[in-house]
Amino acid sequence: MILLREILAKYPKEEEYLIEILLEYQTSKKNHYISEKDVNEISKHLDIPESQICSVISFYSLLSMVPKGRYVVQVCHDVPCFVNEAQSIYDKLVEILGIEDGETTEDNLFTLEITECLGCCNEAPAMRINEKVYTGLTPTKVEKLILDLRGEIK
Amino acid sequence: MIEMKVVSKRFGKINPLSIDSYIKSEGYQALEKAVSLHPTKIIEEIEKSKIRGRGGAGFPAHIKVRALSQESGQKFIVCNADEGEPGNFKDRMLMENDPHAILEGMIIIAYATGADRGYIYIRGEYQNAIKIMRATIKSAEENRFLGNNILDRGFNFNIEIRSGAGSYVCGEEFSMIESIEGKPGRSRTKPPFPTEKGIHNKPTLINNVETFANFPHIILNGGAKFAKIGTPSSTGTKLISLSGNVKNKGLYEVPFGTSIRDVIFTLGKGVKNNRAIKMVQLGGASGPIIPEYMLDMSIDFDRFETFDSKTGTGAIIVIDDRFDIFDILLINMKFFVYQSCGKCTPCREGHTQIVNLINKFINHRASEKDLMSLENLANVIQQTSLCGLGQTSMTSIISSLRYFRDDFFAKVRY
Repeated sequence: MILLREILAKYPKEEEYLIEILLEYQTSKKNHYISEKDVNEISKHLDIPESQICSVISFYSLLSMVPKGRYVVQVCHDVPCFVNEAQSIYDKLVEILGIEDGETTEDNLFTLEITECLGCCNEAPAMRINEKVYTGLTPTKVEKLILDLRGEIK
Repeated sequence: MIEMKVVSKRFGKINPLSIDSYIKSEGYQALEKAVSLHPTKIIEEIEKSKIRGRGGAGFPAHIKVRALSQESGQKFIVCNADEGEPGNFKDRMLMENDPHAILEGMIIIAYATGADRGYIYIRGEYQNAIKIMRATIKSAEENRFLGNNILDRGFNFNIEIRSGAGSYVCGEEFSMIESIEGKPGRSRTKPPFPTEKGIHNKPTLINNVETFANFPHIILNGGAKFAKIGTPSSTGTKLISLSGNVKNKGLYEVPFGTSIRDVIFTLGKGVKNNRAIKMVQLGGASGPIIPEYMLDMSIDFDRFETFDSKTGTGAIIVIDDRFDIFDILLINMKFFVYQSCGKCTPCREGHTQIVNLINKFINHRASEKDLMSLENLANVIQQTSLCGLGQTSMTSIISSLRYFRDDFFAKVRY
């Protein structure tokens, strides 16, 4: 895990780099979130109020102040995926993970989210796990993917 | 052959990560030519080409470029790569397949306008494109196409990447400007327009990825030649993101004037399992929904304007007869509830009420009065919202009420 101050040192001390800092730091964290302590440290470094940082985090859907699973599974549910059986992908994930939209598994391994279009409509249905996009999905492919990720850990 | 490859001509033919591969394929020749010309000559060529913005609204590109060139002091150029409109993937494909062409277009505009700082604002979901564009900027700097004293011509231009963080509304100009400044992406009142007061209140020019990718071709081959492609009101080619229930989903480039039917049936090879088309949504969630009998309509900004919408992104989403108009409207409207920034009342409150009304139709609880309310509310949101989100989000409702009116009546409880 990268330390917050290492990331802060990479950017000019200007407000306009706030979102870049938040994204980079959150991505580097295993549980993909910004804690109150982090907000405090960023606030002091950039000399902007904590409230302003919180308002930025709450505005953007890719930023979070709530801890998430190690794998954030985001399933697209917009029209091009919907008409290509995206619901069956989501249903399969609900079945094997035992959680619904916005929830995290008890072992903190997976968070399931319905997301906006991932821009892969040419290979719908699509989903994203952390940084990686998976396309042309079927319920069977999804099940294998999740089992593989579980296997990697245990 | 109905395809015509201009901005996608290098796709699959060059190594997008190699600047040498780009240079061998006419790359940076337009820039070399541009810097030998007077900046006003470049703007004249863009005007002659009659190119209109490829982000959806179809605004004549030369007006914005000239406006920026007439401002003085610090000014910015932004490449809008926040492709959040569902059904669109053309900008991602451009960044992944021909990234230097986008930079070359931006550098030409920087030279023509005197801007010395640029941003590429890429949506956070496009991690691969972000990585590619970062590497592309680095190699362009190493080869002195970017940075200080570009090509020994004494002009400077630097580009930074800004990542979006999961907000659809940031594709709108002023929301994007706020986001680049590190703030929540809530729009501003216009005027002043971004070319007068944009990033840090300095003049800012924002163009779509595809628009920038077209500029090198215009400069290299001349505006007049470019204007001969397409139709009188919409010149050049258009990247089409074809998705939904077609056999061959994918990205296609066609000259303006091509019919939607040709794209779906000739390029897309028709509907999967040979089902009938129930409807086609153009442009994305903020675009109109049209019935099968309208597919002979040509792809043209002026034709699209009949829908009062920003249909010009070039997405075509084909939906077969297993689906109901309300399935699609509900997804679209829930999307806008979630994506509204909450700054203005018609958009923040209106979309929630629209979802309630759609649900009434779905549950056969709608009365004739609800049908009138839906129509009225859609018009109010469209006409009174602050930014492009609320001004265009009702297009699918309004077009459905026009072309699928019977579907609504069928659900009304008398």
